[in-house]
Amino acid sequence: MAIASDQSSEEDRMTPQFEKVAEKKESRRGFLLALPSYVYLIIFFVIPLIIVLVYSFATRNRFGGTDLSGWNLESYERIAEPIVRTILFRSLWLAFLTTVICLLIAYPFAYFLATRRPAIRNVMLVFVMIPFWTNFLVRNFAWRVILGNDGPLTKTTEFLGLGTQELLFSQKAVVLGLVYGYLPFMILPLYAAIERIDGQLIEASRDLYGSAWQSFRNVLLPLSMPGVIAGSILVFIPSMGAYVTPEILGGAKTTLLGSYIVTQFLTARNWPFGAALSFVLMAIMLVGTVIYFRKGGRTL
Amino acid sequence: MVAAVQLKAISKKFGDVVAVDNVDLIIEDGEFFSMLGPSGCGKTTTLRMIAGLEFPTEGSLSIFGEEVGTLAPNKRSVNTVFQNYALFPHLSVLDNVGFGLKMKGVDKKEIKVRSMEMIELVQLNGYENRKPSQMSGGQQQRVALARALVNQPKVLLLDEPLGALDLKLRQEMQVELKKLQRDVGISFVFVTHDQEEALTMSDRIAVMHEGNLLQVASPEEIYETPANKFVADFIGRTNLLEGTVSDNQTVILSNGTPIRASSNFSPGTKISVSIRPERATITQQTENGDSLSSINGTVETVTYLGNARVYNVQFAWMSLEVREENRTGVELYEPGTPITVSWEHDAVSVVAD
Amino acid sequence: MSTAVEPRGWAKLALHINGWFVYFFFYAPIALLVLFSFSNNRNVGIWGGFTLDWYQEFFNSSNAQGALSNSVKIAVVVTFVSVILGTMSALALERFTFRGKKVFDALLYLPIIIPDVTMAVMLLLFFGEFFELLDMAFGFQLRKGFWSIVISHIAFNISFVSVVVRARLTGMDTDLEEAAVDLYASRWKAFRYVTFPQILPGIAGGALLAMTLSLDDVVITQFVTGPGWTTLPVYVFGLIRKGVTPAINSISVIMLLASMILVVLSLFAERARHSV
Repeated sequence: MAIASDQSSEEDRMTPQFEKVAEKKESRRGFLLALPSYVYLIIFFVIPLIIVLVYSFATRNRFGGTDLSGWNLESYERIAEPIVRTILFRSLWLAFLTTVICLLIAYPFAYFLATRRPAIRNVMLVFVMIPFWTNFLVRNFAWRVILGNDGPLTKTTEFLGLGTQELLFSQKAVVLGLVYGYLPFMILPLYAAIERIDGQLIEASRDLYGSAWQSFRNVLLPLSMPGVIAGSILVFIPSMGAYVTPEILGGAKTTLLGSYIVTQFLTARNWPFGAALSFVLMAIMLVGTVIYFRKGGRTL
Repeated sequence: MVAAVQLKAISKKFGDVVAVDNVDLIIEDGEFFSMLGPSGCGKTTTLRMIAGLEFPTEGSLSIFGEEVGTLAPNKRSVNTVFQNYALFPHLSVLDNVGFGLKMKGVDKKEIKVRSMEMIELVQLNGYENRKPSQMSGGQQQRVALARALVNQPKVLLLDEPLGALDLKLRQEMQVELKKLQRDVGISFVFVTHDQEEALTMSDRIAVMHEGNLLQVASPEEIYETPANKFVADFIGRTNLLEGTVSDNQTVILSNGTPIRASSNFSPGTKISVSIRPERATITQQTENGDSLSSINGTVETVTYLGNARVYNVQFAWMSLEVREENRTGVELYEPGTPITVSWEHDAVSVVAD
Repeated sequence: MSTAVEPRGWAKLALHINGWFVYFFFYAPIALLVLFSFSNNRNVGIWGGFTLDWYQEFFNSSNAQGALSNSVKIAVVVTFVSVILGTMSALALERFTFRGKKVFDALLYLPIIIPDVTMAVMLLLFFGEFFELLDMAFGFQLRKGFWSIVISHIAFNISFVSVVVRARLTGMDTDLEEAAVDLYASRWKAFRYVTFPQILPGIAGGALLAMTLSLDDVVITQFVTGPGWTTLPVYVFGLIRKGVTPAINSISVIMLLASMILVVLSLFAERARHSV
């Protein structure tokens, strides 16, 4: 068990490299643990990513296939076309709108949650978690049922004497579906951020002659900013790439980037263009996320 | 006799930070040995190196003559009581105590017998099926002790084990730990930042500061003749008066006052004179006192402690602290009173800067 | 920590109204969906008396049954593999330092950040190229189906599992592992007897999340599925696009039920997490 025999002099037994050797052994253990996932992600994530990049510079041939030879920037140039630009800005706008609406609903809600007694708070939190875990497709479909012709909403508006509503297949319906789908993503990080704030800070602010609004503006909001940013990213990213919601609740005039990309692959069969669009979409997300982490965000 | 633990020229670096700097140390078998110092002084790192939880960057470390520098912790015959006990929350007290034996592959029946013996020794019988979270801090502390001692380690390492307890419980545990150490007869290596704790319990104390070992000695020696200014200041309360050695019997304080103090420093050396507050006395100011063992000053403040009074005395450029026990007949001096602070000549010790 | 201060007056009222509105907003659509799945009317959203016909139809439809069993088979395999790989990654990142750790950490975040659609496109192109390569090199004729779906789901689930397990690992004191090693446990035994029982709730939570995500996925699955391997969400999505019928209501409610069971299980895992 002893590292060296008794004969060798004690001075030469422990030298700096022993510590190094032990560290290296540890390092190798860690690496081996990570290795399977590392390799998996390189094969099934990084390589596919590179393939998309390669495709985005390729050319579509006459038969709807892709020629990997003639490299060009045509697919990226097409993004400047009016139709594509409209779709891109529409997606950005609707994702932004969704994020703002979620924020306006979720912030007071998260604060409301944080002021409840702990026992009640936990129960209330569970009922926010349930929609978070529930099938997204089904939840969007529920709105299709509600907004449909002669559906419950029309019945209600007619009963109230407001006439029929024609929300379905409009941009409003898409935003409604997105807000419904992603609201829990906003509530949870906001709640986590607000709950961490010591209530005495607000009391101190009030004690120091701050009005309710000033206390919110100067104490609560800055302290809960990490939650605001985390929640906004969590809502903005999937809204921007939304595909299911506009397919179910939207119509011809509400094509968003996500659906447009899918169309390029499944119907239009213009793979290079679709690849270029997905790459642009991903770039927007990555820039947003990097900014978030740079600003000191820790959790997603 | 072989030393229980021997460190030879041990250094530990974390990146560029030197946590322990070239430390030589011998811990004898069967002694209660404390490592004392402010947080970040390297005492815990030293303990963790003995345990094998850190490996030294340089030097040699042996336990009962066997070199263990980079031996894995599970192959060392030492056990640790962790700062926050580190009891396994998912296991009962019995399983916590039996953990080490189970890992060693001891027969199940024997594990149970030995664990129960140990639980009895730390007076926790009846608690063996509880989870750690259902016990008080003091009880958890006992479980941690039992869990370590059941393995019959050659050395027991304790990393500030009493830090989380309240004062009263801590004092009880100090006595109990000391008794336990005598009963089991192995050496305890006890890390603490509490000087009082170290003084009460230890056979010997090592004072550490910024990765260096400043003094290793018995509690009396450390208190009475501290090796340098840091040790004098860190152990107990003291008055440090700067001065220069005049000859081996006299020190000239920096305001020119001569004081009788014996030392081996060569004349002209800058030193400090340490006078413990409880070794000095306050009397009405007189002109005929022994001027080499007293100084004149004015009472600045009086702090009433119940069992004692602490006077802060204004003297020349500084303030001296004097502690008077609250016995019957002791005279009380009001702030502003001119008084004389005097001491027996053996109350003074000269410490290097 | 003291609870946040509750405002007074109209602000308090507004907070309460908003609070109850959120719950109404969350649950009213689900409740209506369940209600209309029992409605005896050809048009969804119009009440026509109580019936169980639509459920009957689901249980008689071999397509729906097949899609359900596909979904379950895929989810089981995906969960199993993702949990093992995700837990190993979490351990590596939380307990070790090694070369390339930062790159690995960032790489592990990407599948969470990247939009479904992009990931779907990536995997579609990948399998196309990959199968062609195999065909050219070895003459294998592979088709997309079970394995392409499983591989794709694992590719994003490793990340989700590792995030959940890592959260649990950071909450756990490294003291405990050191104590185990100090008490003669080898690295493996320390994991087996101390770390593993401690992070088990996290692993269970990760498994449930992986299973939920696998059962719910439409976009990626739609791109990498092959003949005979339609999953339940893809099947439902196809039905919705063809035209809404009350039969979809009943399938939706069944999917809802499956989600609910997973939520309840995850809540138990959560509770175990707090009690230990």
